[in-house]
Amino acid sequence: MPILVIAEHDNASIKGATLNTVTAAAKCGGDVHVLVAGHNAQGAAQQAAQIAGVAKVLLADAPHLAEALAENVAAQVLAVAGGYSHILFPATAAGKNVAPRVAAKLDVAQISDITKVESADTFERPIYAGNAIATVQSADAVKVITVRTTAFDAAPATGGSAAVETVSPVGDAGTSSFVGRETTKSDRPELTAAKIIVSGGRALGSAEKFTELLTPLADKLGAALGASRAAVDAGYAPNDWQVGQTGKIVAPQLYIACGISGAIQHLAGMKDSKVIVAINKDPEAPIFSVADYGLEADIFTAVPELVKAL
Amino acid sequence: MKALVPVKRVVDYNVKVRVKSDGTGVDIANVKMSMNPFDEIAVEEATRLKEKGVLTEVVAVSCGVTQCQETLRTAMAIGADRGILVETSEELQPLAVAKLLKALVDKEKPDLVILGKQAIDDDCNQTGQMLAALLDWPQATFASKVEVADGHATVTREVDGGLETVKLKLPAVITTDLRLNEPRYVTLPNIMKAKKKPLDTVKPADLGVDVTPRIKTLKVSEPPKRSAGIKVADVATLVDKLKNEAKVI
Repeated sequence: MPILVIAEHDNASIKGATLNTVTAAAKCGGDVHVLVAGHNAQGAAQQAAQIAGVAKVLLADAPHLAEALAENVAAQVLAVAGGYSHILFPATAAGKNVAPRVAAKLDVAQISDITKVESADTFERPIYAGNAIATVQSADAVKVITVRTTAFDAAPATGGSAAVETVSPVGDAGTSSFVGRETTKSDRPELTAAKIIVSGGRALGSAEKFTELLTPLADKLGAALGASRAAVDAGYAPNDWQVGQTGKIVAPQLYIACGISGAIQHLAGMKDSKVIVAINKDPEAPIFSVADYGLEADIFTAVPELVKAL
Repeated sequence: MKALVPVKRVVDYNVKVRVKSDGTGVDIANVKMSMNPFDEIAVEEATRLKEKGVLTEVVAVSCGVTQCQETLRTAMAIGADRGILVETSEELQPLAVAKLLKALVDKEKPDLVILGKQAIDDDCNQTGQMLAALLDWPQATFASKVEVADGHATVTREVDGGLETVKLKLPAVITTDLRLNEPRYVTLPNIMKAKKKPLDTVKPADLGVDVTPRIKTLKVSEPPKRSAGIKVADVATLVDKLKNEAKVI
């Protein structure tokens, strides 16, 4: 049976998380179809059709699908769900919002944040902030899954030539409406997709120092900026920079933790990074237990030095 | 207006859990248990809405073993008016909990259900959304700001890339994110008062809900260990290692 991937997109283009989800879908066996639910989303649908390994794209286009409200998107997924053995969402804010709603309506359990596909009904997922890995098996007829994007490679964005099929949009549920959005402006690479991440913690001391100290390093490395919960709560960095169990899960090539102690909740979000560098003046900081290279030094002298040395 | 606030008893967030050597699960015997941090935020928010005069009653609910009573007492010490324990020693998965909560919502008829966005043990992030689906109510997940007026809830949500605001027609389901509020400390007098608040116990069968798990855990294992790293003496060595050894810059 074919497998349905729910695309994450901004109507004009497909977001990277969709590509990782397509890879996970291909491992479940069966043809991969992609649903693009949005408004004026032909651009996104065309891009989805180019993804290598995608056999068909379903496009549902209506004004009330524009802002991806959970009520309307879930109804749209359910409208096309018949005949699919697996329904996969990226484990992003948008995917996590909609997937359980779809699962409950189908009366099936949902499997969150899978990191490995063992077989069509068996998956691995981290629990307890990544301190244990559970292998779980679903007995349900339809598997509704969210995919940890950092655990799967991105499918090539080109090379596919799927047909785009228009499906009739569901009606507006009418119980919720979109009011507005405040986007954090950033010219940097997206945190979850960045190859290098420079991340700061409470030791930065203020929002000004956070920017002053870490921006030059991030600029030099072409890196994204991240933060610990302590730094976010103190107002040094915006909420959506938070790396950790309840923030973003990242796995870059290089993660540089500056002034971060390394609480288990933070480690849960970054310990799958290829190389971890920790700069901290506390030799006992738990971050050193996961760091490949630890530098015991004051960040306020070490970071500018590092910028100069690069 | 009335709110239902589901709370979960979980391993305390400061505890580093250990995987059992036979791979059947994590060892939670003799480990400190507490209220799931996101649920504390949910109870706090409901209490604040009550203090503002928006809500008239806050009912805390927990599903699980007898000891969940302690979690309910904590919720009542923060400000919940009464508690309901759905008592069972079975393993409860989010779909089962959502069904139990739906049965309670049908009985209690609240205008709002406020839950935590996820429990820090199973890390599922499902129950609120599933409950909203079963009730056919609108949902606002990952809330960092909630305003209730004129039969609507206006909720600011934490999403990838920033914040988003949605307006829901009540009744509705809201799940809390970390930055919604800072839960108050429970004071001794409030703990004493909480002991006198009513706490009802029901069984899943009383609510007509089948809680059989749908997902089987085949094994639980330790995550792969990172090989031990080294400490470098200075910035120059660090740069050299990154360039020539790790080859990441």
